[in-house]
Amino acid sequence: MATVTQKQQLFGHAASNHYLDASRGVMSWIFTLDHKRIAIMYMYGVIASLFLAGIFALVLRTELYTPGPWFLSNAVYNQMFTLHGAVMVFLFIIPSVPAIIGNFVLPMMLGAKDVAFPRLNLASLWLYWLGGIFFIVVLSTTQLDTGWTFYTPYSTSSSKTNVIAATLGAFILGFSSIFTGLNFIVTINTMRPKGMTWFRLPLLLWGLYSTSIIQVLATPVLGITLLLLIVERTLKLGIFDPAYGGDPLLYQHFFWFYSHPAVYIMILPAMGVISEMLAVHCRKEVFGYKFIAMSSVAIALIGFLVWGHHMFTSGQSELTSLVFSAITFSVAVPSAVKVFNWLCTMYRGDINLSTPMLYVMSFIFLFGIGGLTGLWLGALSTDIPLHDTYFVVAHFHYVMVGGTMTALLGGLFHWWPKFSGRMYNEPLGKLFCFFVFAGFNLTFFPQFIMGSLGMPRRYHEYAEIYQIYHQASTWGAFTLGIGIFGAVMVLVYAWFFGRKASGNPWGAATLEWQCSSPPSFHNFEHRVIVSEPYDFESVIYDESVDGYIPVIPKRDLAPNQQPATATH
Amino acid sequence: MASTNVVRDEYSPLVDLEHSHEHEHAPFIAHHFYTAEQQFDSGKLGIWLFLVTEVLFFGGLFVAYIIYRYNRPEVFIDAHQYLDTLLGGLNTIVLLFSSLTMAWGVRAAQMGDNKTTAISVLVTMVCAAIFLGVKAVEYSHKWDLGLLPGNMFSYDPHAEHPHHMISDYLILLCIPFAIVFVVTALISILNLRTGQTLAGRFHGGLAITMLGFFLGVVVGVVWNANMISHEEHGEGHHAAAVGESPVRPVSYVADDATSKSGAADASPATATASNVAHPIDKSLGVFFSIYYCMTGLHAIHIIGGIIALSWIFYRSLAAHWRPDYFGPVDYVGLYWHLVDLIWIYLFPLMYLIR
Amino acid sequence: MANQSHSNTASHGHSGHGHASHGHAGHGHAGHGHGEHFAHPAPAWILFGTFFALIFLTVLTVFIADNVELGSFELVVSMGIATVKSVLVGAFFMHMYWDKGFNVLVFLSSVLFFALFIGYALMDSYETLPNITNYYKPK
Ligand code: HEM
Ligand SMILES: [Cu+2]
Repeated sequence: MATVTQKQQLFGHAASNHYLDASRGVMSWIFTLDHKRIAIMYMYGVIASLFLAGIFALVLRTELYTPGPWFLSNAVYNQMFTLHGAVMVFLFIIPSVPAIIGNFVLPMMLGAKDVAFPRLNLASLWLYWLGGIFFIVVLSTTQLDTGWTFYTPYSTSSSKTNVIAATLGAFILGFSSIFTGLNFIVTINTMRPKGMTWFRLPLLLWGLYSTSIIQVLATPVLGITLLLLIVERTLKLGIFDPAYGGDPLLYQHFFWFYSHPAVYIMILPAMGVISEMLAVHCRKEVFGYKFIAMSSVAIALIGFLVWGHHMFTSGQSELTSLVFSAITFSVAVPSAVKVFNWLCTMYRGDINLSTPMLYVMSFIFLFGIGGLTGLWLGALSTDIPLHDTYFVVAHFHYVMVGGTMTALLGGLFHWWPKFSGRMYNEPLGKLFCFFVFAGFNLTFFPQFIMGSLGMPRRYHEYAEIYQIYHQASTWGAFTLGIGIFGAVMVLVYAWFFGRKASGNPWGAATLEWQCSSPPSFHNFEHRVIVSEPYDFESVIYDESVDGYIPVIPKRDLAPNQQPATATH
Repeated sequence: MASTNVVRDEYSPLVDLEHSHEHEHAPFIAHHFYTAEQQFDSGKLGIWLFLVTEVLFFGGLFVAYIIYRYNRPEVFIDAHQYLDTLLGGLNTIVLLFSSLTMAWGVRAAQMGDNKTTAISVLVTMVCAAIFLGVKAVEYSHKWDLGLLPGNMFSYDPHAEHPHHMISDYLILLCIPFAIVFVVTALISILNLRTGQTLAGRFHGGLAITMLGFFLGVVVGVVWNANMISHEEHGEGHHAAAVGESPVRPVSYVADDATSKSGAADASPATATASNVAHPIDKSLGVFFSIYYCMTGLHAIHIIGGIIALSWIFYRSLAAHWRPDYFGPVDYVGLYWHLVDLIWIYLFPLMYLIR
Repeated sequence: MANQSHSNTASHGHSGHGHASHGHAGHGHAGHGHGEHFAHPAPAWILFGTFFALIFLTVLTVFIADNVELGSFELVVSMGIATVKSVLVGAFFMHMYWDKGFNVLVFLSSVLFFALFIGYALMDSYETLPNITNYYKPK
C-alpha cells in the first residue's frame, strides 16, 4: 500500500509543481491551454464585471432613494440601468458558473487531463475579453440606453448611443459562450472514463450538459439577431424597423428565442452546483438522482417553447400568447422536481452548516420564490398588470441573483480548496453569506410589493407612495453589496493566507477531489477510481493528509480485476 | 525529488516524453486524448455541433425570409425578376461539383492518398472562387441598377440604365482577388526557384484559386452582355416595361387585387425579360435586404471555406493524412457541404419564385 | 515528482495506459486499408451517383419553376426538391449514412429547433396579419 509520503503527494496539499506553479510569467497565462488557468482567468473577468455592474446598481439604488430626481439626469439614468443589465447578463451571469466552475472541474470530474478542445477553450476566453473590450468602449464613449434587450425600433433608429459597439460586444460574447458549450458537450460525450456511465455523471455535469445544449442551439440565433440589428441600424434594412417596412415584433421573437432559453443557461449550471454541494454537505446520496438529471434536460428543451411569455403585451396574437402561456406552466414542473428532490436529500441528512451549505439553503429558498412568481407572470391575466413593473424586476433578480449568483458564491467557497489549495475562514464566510441573504431579500422583496402596486420598471421618478419600498430596497442593496464584497474578500484572503487544504477536505466522492489541492498540470498523478458520484462510503478520512482519500476497492488486489479506471 | 524543479507545462518536453510512444505512431494526437479514434470522434462531434450552430445562425435569416414572403408575397414575386436564374443555376452546379470534389478529397485522405486529396481540395477551392466571381458580377450589376437593400433601394424604372460591360463595382470587387493572385503567384515562383517545393505548390494553388474567381467573372460578364444585346434586339429591358408610377415610399400592405394580378401576369421567362404589371416601390428594398443578408452571409462562409480549405490543401501537400489521421479533411469537408446545403435552399427561395 | 513514481502501482495512469491501448490502434496505421476502424471511405459510385442525382434535381426544379404552373404549391414543390437534395448531400457526401447515430441526431436536432422557431413565428404572423392589414387599410 502507498506510503504516507505518497499519500500526501497524491491526495494532500500539492507542495509545488501544481498548475499555478507549473510555469511562470504573464504569457504562460495568456497563452495557456490549461482548463484550470482558463477558469481562473475567467473568474477575474466575471468578478470584475460583477463589481462594475454592481456599482452601477448601487448608483441607481441611491438615486431611487428619493421620489424626485436627485443627482442623475434621465438620460444618465437610462444609460446606467442599461449598462447594469447588459454587463450583468452578458459579462457576468452567462459565463459565470460554466466558465469558472465548469471549466475548472468538468474535466477533472471526468478524470481527464483537459477539455476536448483546449484551443477552442482559450479562444472562448479571448473572445470574452474582446467582448469585454467592446463594452469598455461603450462605457467610455456615448454609452448605451436601450435596455439590455435592445428592442427595435428604438435601438435601430432613435437611440443616439453606441448601440453598435454594444451589440457587437454581445455578438462576440455569444460566440464565446457557444465555444464553451460546444466544448463541454464533446468533452462529456467522448472523454468519460471507463466505468462512468451516463447515470454516474455528477449532477453538475448534467446541468452543464443541458446548458451547453441551449448554448449551441439558441446562441446562434442571438448572433444573427444582433447582426441584423447592426445592419438595420447602419443600412436601414427594413427587417425590424417599421419606418422602412420592418416588423418590430419579429425582433422580439428573434431576441426571446435566444433570451428565454438563456435564462436557463444562467440557472441550470447553478442548479448543478447546488446538487453537488448539497450531497457533499449533507453527506447523503442525492435523492432522485435520475429525476434531477433528467429534469435538467427537460428544462433545457421545454425552455425553447415558451419565449413568447415575454411578449404578452407586445402585440403578439392571442392564440400565440395562449400557447406560450400554457407551456410556460409546464416548465415549472421540472424546476419543482428539482426543488423537491433537494429537500428530500436534506431530509435526515448529516447537514454540515458550512458556508457552501448556507448558500445552498439560500438558493433553494430564493429560487423557490423566484420560480413561483414566474408562474404569475406566465399567466396571461396576471401578466397584463404586472408586466414591466418592479414585480418582473423582483422575479428575475430572485432567480438570477438569488439563484445563480448565490450558487456561484457557494460554489466558489466549495471548490476554493481545489482552486487555490487553501481553506477559507469559515466564520467569516458564514457572516457574509448572511449579509448576502438578508441584503438580497431586503432589496428585492419590497420590489414585489411595489410592483404589484403598479410601480413601473425603468423609471427614474416615482410617486410618493412607493418611497418606503424604494428606501428599503436601497438599504438592502448596500447590505447585499457588503455581503458580496466581503465574501469575495474572504476568498481572496484565503488564497494567500488560508490554511493549506488537503486534496479532499469535504469528503466528496466525485473525481475532482481525487487529486492534490491544487491539482497538478495534468490533474491526476494516479489512476482515478470511478465510483458512484455520491457514494460517500468510497472515501475515508485519513489523518496523515488531513482529508479524505479514496477507499481502494478490495478487488483491486486481484490483478485480473482492475477497478474501473480512467482507461479508455 | 529532483524533478520538483522541472517546469511541467504544455511546452515542456517532459510531456512529450511521457507520450513518446503515441507520437511515434500517430504524429498529431493531442496530449489529452488516449487514442486516435477518441480524438477523431471528439472532432467529429465538435464539427457537427458547429454545423448545428450554423444552421440556426442562418435559420434566423430563413425565418425573416419566410415571414416576409408570407406577409407580402407580391413583393417577392415582383422581385424575382431581377435575379438571373441562369447565373444562379450555374452557381448551384458549380457548388454541387465542388461538393463532389470535396467528398472525393475526404475519401482519398481516408485512404492515405495525399496527392489525390490535394488535387481534389484544390479543385474545390477553384469552384468556390468561381462561385464568388459569378456572385460578384450579379452583385455589381444590381448595384449599378440601384437594387439595393432597404431604404437604399433606388431603382427607378424610368431612368436610363447604363449597361456598363464592366461595372465600377465589379472592378472594386476584383481588386482584392487580383492582389492576392499577384502576391501568391510571385511567392510561388520565388519558392519554386529556391527549391521550396511545398511552399511553392501551396502558393501556386492559391494563385490558381484566384484565377478561378476571374473565370467566374468572365462567365458572368459574358452572359450579362449576351442578355443585354438580346434585349436591344426587341424584347426590351424590364425597366422599360414598368408601369407609370414613380418610386413610391414604402407601402406596407399591397392592394390584394394588384398582387394577385401581378402574380398571374408575371411572365415565367428569365429575369430580364418579363413584364411587370404593377409599379415598383421601395418595399422591394426589403426583399433585397433579405437577399443581400442571406447571399452575403453565404458568400462570407464561402470565403471562410476557401481559407479553411487552403489549410487542408497545405497539409495534403505536406502528406499529413493517413487512415488513422484524416480528421481535419473530414471536418472541413462537412463544413463545406453545409455551405452547399444552404445554397441548395437559397437557390429556389431566391431565384425560382414565380 | 510525478514522473518519479512511474514504476509505482499508483503511478501515472494515463501514460501507462497510453501504451496499452495504443497497441491495437498503432498497428493498423498507414497504408493498410483496414485496422483503423473509424475510416470509412465512401464507395466511388455512390459519390458520383449522388452528384448526378443532384444535378438532375437542380435541372428539374428549374424546369418546373419555368414551365409548370403550380400556383401556391410552387413553394412546396421547390422546397421538397431542395430537401431531397439536402438529404442526398447529408447522407452520402456528409457520410451521415455511415456516421454514428448520435451525430446524426445532433444535426437533425438543429432542423427541429429551426422548425420550432419558424413555426411559432409564422403562427404569430398569421394571426396578427389581419390586424396589421386593417390598421393600414385606407379608411
Ligand atoms: C421557473 C420558471 C419561470 C417562469 C415560469 C418564468 C416566467 C417569466 C415570465 C412570464 C416573464 C415575463 C414577465 C414580463 O415581462 O411581463 C419572466 C421574465 C423574466 N425572467 Fe422568468 N421565469 C422563470 C424562471 C426564470 C429563471 C430561472 C430566470 C433566470 C435565471 C428568469 C429570468 C427572467 C428574466 C431576466 C426576465 C425579464 C426579462 C426582461 O424583461 O428584462 N426566469 N419570467
Ligand atoms: Cu422567459
